[in-house]
Amino acid sequence: MIRFDNVSKTYPKQNRPALRDVSLEIEKGEFVFLVGSSGSGKSTFLRLILREERTDTGMVHVLGKDLARLSNWKVPHMRRQLGTVFQDFRLLPNKTVAENVAFALEVIGKPRGTIRKTVPEVLDLVGLAGKEDRMPGELSGGEQQRVAIARAFVNRPMLLIADEPTGNLDPQTSVGIMRLLDRINRTGTTVVMATHDQNIVDQMRKRVIELEKGRLVRDQSRGVYGYQH
Amino acid sequence: MRLQFFLSEIGVGLRRNLTMTFAVIISVALSLALAGAALLANKQVDSMKGYWYDKVQVTVYLCNKSDAGTTPSCAKGAVTDDQKATILKDIKALPVVEKVYYESSQNAYKNYEKQFKNSPLATSITPDQMPENYRVKLKDPTKFAVVASAFEGRPGVQSVEDQRATLQNLFALLNGMTRAAYVALAFMLTVAMLLIINTVRVSAFSRRRETGIMRLVGASSFYIQMPFIMEAAFAGLVGAGVACVMLLGGRYFMIDAGLKLQDKIPLVSFLGWDSVIKVLPLVLLIGVAMPAVAAFIALRRYLKV
Repeated sequence: MIRFDNVSKTYPKQNRPALRDVSLEIEKGEFVFLVGSSGSGKSTFLRLILREERTDTGMVHVLGKDLARLSNWKVPHMRRQLGTVFQDFRLLPNKTVAENVAFALEVIGKPRGTIRKTVPEVLDLVGLAGKEDRMPGELSGGEQQRVAIARAFVNRPMLLIADEPTGNLDPQTSVGIMRLLDRINRTGTTVVMATHDQNIVDQMRKRVIELEKGRLVRDQSRGVYGYQH
Repeated sequence: MRLQFFLSEIGVGLRRNLTMTFAVIISVALSLALAGAALLANKQVDSMKGYWYDKVQVTVYLCNKSDAGTTPSCAKGAVTDDQKATILKDIKALPVVEKVYYESSQNAYKNYEKQFKNSPLATSITPDQMPENYRVKLKDPTKFAVVASAFEGRPGVQSVEDQRATLQNLFALLNGMTRAAYVALAFMLTVAMLLIINTVRVSAFSRRRETGIMRLVGASSFYIQMPFIMEAAFAGLVGAGVACVMLLGGRYFMIDAGLKLQDKIPLVSFLGWDSVIKVLPLVLLIGVAMPAVAAFIALRRYLKV
């Protein structure tokens, strides 16, 4: 599903590399936590998977494709098999819940019939049935994140990338979101989640990858958060 | 292709940037109106030059039968074939002459008819009123006097005319104005381009949330960029439409009404509506294509995948 081979990345005008010689493999269907303090390289790791950045040295394979050799015009098609969720939800404030989810399908040219059928399905899945016509501003943070997850999942991606999805939520709401991500994972979707939330990592007991100053320092199945910050 | 999606995106974009959209429309309209006007002025000069202007410098008009009473050198009526032959031989013998063309009355009439096809003058004359003539191309265009002194007053020659003397000043003025229009046009087009690029950037920036999401969910650059390009093209189309109205109105008020140039200068054959209308598709095409290209350039760096 994802393979990093000796990946290094330094941003222009910075001395310290954001990632140093990282090698790892994530299999189909896994649930992986990515932990590490701020600046440890978590975001760079995720951006490389999304091909928002390219490696300096080393190879990144996602869904069996070498991203270095993937031409620019094919990148959108690769991203259609990926879902992404962020800490700040990134919803469109002037569109309703249903429109926000439908937007993701509209812009990749899906037929209207498909959109009309799949959007209610996925909203039902994330537990937002009946709130289709609400505006994001009227929803709680947890509900907004559910909309974002619905949008990321509506195209049934193979891989879901979540960058601190519970970072803006209270612990109880976070648990709900984690249950949802776990359910999505059980449908066969691989989930890679960067997080600072110790409780969640400790409770879920999934594989934990820890980065420190750009290096891979721990890769532990059924791991815990493991360090104090 | 989801037309409705594009249309609603374009509508949102244009409304959000209303002032900038107007700026684009006005600058496109003005620069295209200027471009069209310059083009038409060029055509006007060309049509006034007629068939021979750029080819020869001197015309030797031969006697016509109607010149017998008015010109002393034509006292014997129309030029004879013998006279024609010697005149031609003597013209060719002059060292300053590069080339000589013979124009019969019939051909002279045809060229005249062509030049004045939009004018009432075209119907007021018959072929036999047009004098036969020799059109002379000189090696050195300033040596008109050599030809004039050699043939002026000679039997069979009605007159020798310096082709350039009559219209040269007018053309110099028109050409100067056209050139000034082109310089102004270059600046206007630059302003229009910069405005469009800036407008598109602002538009893209104000919708960076949407475009960011589009990139994430895997929308192709076509889908991401098309609304912006269409927006610019639409504003350009409106501007081009305004420019077309300005050109049509300009011709109407300068030539038919208002200034009434056609009444004041009946000797000049002004451009007809057909010439103006022929320019309009070009104006519309540039009006759509230029903003679209500018938008594409503006987005290339801004919205990469």
